Amino acid sequence: MRVEQIAVFLENKSGRLAEITAKLAEENINIRALSVADTADFGILRLIVDDVEKAKTTLKSNGFTVSVTNVIAVEVADKTGGLAGVLKTIEEEKLNVEYMYAFVNQSGENAVLIFRFDDMDKAIEALQRTGYAILSGEEICSL
Amino acid sequence: MTLYWEEEIETLPRVGLESIQLKRLQHLVARVYKTVAPYREKMDAAGVKPKDIQSLADLTKLPFTVKEDLRDNYPFGLFTVPMDQVVRVHASSGTTGKPTVVGYTKKDIKTWSGLMARALTCAGATSSDMIHNAYGYGLFTGGLGAHYGIERLGATVIPVSGGNTKRQITIMKDFKSSVLLATPSYALNLAETMNALGVDPKSLSLRVGVFGAEPWSENMRDEVERKLNIKAVDIYGLSEVIGPGVAMQCLEGEKGLHIFEDHFLPEIIDPDTGEVLPLGEKGELVFTTLTKEAFPIIRYRTKDITRLLYDECACGRTMVRMDKVTGRTDDMLIIRGVNVFPSQIEHVLMGTKGVEPHYQIVVNREGNMDTMSVEVEVSEDIFSDEIKTLENLNKRIQMDIKDMLGVSCRVKLVEPKSIQRSEGKAQRVIDNRNL
Repeated sequence: MRVEQIAVFLENKSGRLAEITAKLAEENINIRALSVADTADFGILRLIVDDVEKAKTTLKSNGFTVSVTNVIAVEVADKTGGLAGVLKTIEEEKLNVEYMYAFVNQSGENAVLIFRFDDMDKAIEALQRTGYAILSGEEICSL
Repeated sequence: MTLYWEEEIETLPRVGLESIQLKRLQHLVARVYKTVAPYREKMDAAGVKPKDIQSLADLTKLPFTVKEDLRDNYPFGLFTVPMDQVVRVHASSGTTGKPTVVGYTKKDIKTWSGLMARALTCAGATSSDMIHNAYGYGLFTGGLGAHYGIERLGATVIPVSGGNTKRQITIMKDFKSSVLLATPSYALNLAETMNALGVDPKSLSLRVGVFGAEPWSENMRDEVERKLNIKAVDIYGLSEVIGPGVAMQCLEGEKGLHIFEDHFLPEIIDPDTGEVLPLGEKGELVFTTLTKEAFPIIRYRTKDITRLLYDECACGRTMVRMDKVTGRTDDMLIIRGVNVFPSQIEHVLMGTKGVEPHYQIVVNREGNMDTMSVEVEVSEDIFSDEIKTLENLNKRIQMDIKDMLGVSCRVKLVEPKSIQRSEGKAQRVIDNRNL
């Protein structure tokens, strides 16, 4: 029920993001979702891709520091209050969000929320119990 | 069992050693006074004559020699023999101005090879070893100095010199190198390249590494030992004195390097006042050569900071030990009035789990304020997808450096391989201040 996410260390200098996306494109790797977290000196690029292993090898061999972490992908209806509903559940269940980002899938009916919790097991249990659809890696790639 | 190259002299009781030293010192001072005008002029100005040297303590009557003296007499002005007796010269790259040039007679080369063979024996090397000599060959004393010592020892020398790291690893594998000679920063470069090539150091025949030519910390030693799966020992030397083989760490002792005192007389002085410091205190190391012919040197200020340890060593050698050199008076940075040695920062970084031994210190002056930032490469071991983890790491390094130095600095996490790799001596400091 977890999705593998690629995280890449980025120094704050021009062209790094372009370089990463170009390398992935050369290897025919499709990016499904991404977010960049940044500080004054550095950033962390987080990516959901269709081929995690290949993306990891490609970036590592190009000298990037890469790690693979697990995140949870929750599907909600793409309508007003969709995110608010999930966050309310999260608050009621006293789950702590480390970070999150979102994308809307091609059909435009549903949105996918990517979460990293401090306690992933508890989060999966709580979200399933309250009726949310949790997507697997394959499901995200086939959207 | 301890291996010795020349057991009798290496284990001579100190009284005997000191009587040899005095005889050699008197002979040296008389010869230098007679043959080298710049030395004679300095001694006359200080009001000291060769006959004033009646005991080893009289050494302090003699004036110091500094790097500028070598530059002023460039290239051969301090040589004591005619050039037809000089069989080799070496020179050190002067970062400012002219290089400093040193020369050797046939006998000097023989002395030096013997001392290098003695040093290698301290590290447990024998004639059966395959010795990978990655010190640079050329005007630098490291490569050729070690080379002749290895041949003298009767071991097999692989004269690979520096650079072309991938080929070095292939050679290590195929030739079964058992002893590595290199700068410690290059040893780490080798380890990193092995990792990238998927070569397991355990699959190699390397047993021991003899590292020198730049100051390195104890934590860096641990790192080299772990990453290359070898025992790492320290060698010390400088071209002005002879080259590598002035002092050497033994395998048995816990700390320090034995100074080959039958050839080199050490002193520790206060770098500011020039006064000799009491036994055991830390200060600038000063050397007088006792046996060199072409280029003897009297009270040469090395700018290296260390102390002398006179306690007994487990190896049975009676020669005094010098502590690992922790810094140089000239690579000491003064940041907002505080003395900072790059080795102190290295010590903090190497003590932080997961931090790679590649770092650079950048010093700037903003307005009237010195700022220091330390660039640290982010390896997979410390990388996290969460900002707070990296920021905590950054803060911890900053705090540890502040605790160690008493001066605050900025820490910048940078991408792997963005700091230039050493092919010889690592450049650790970029000082952008115009002082």
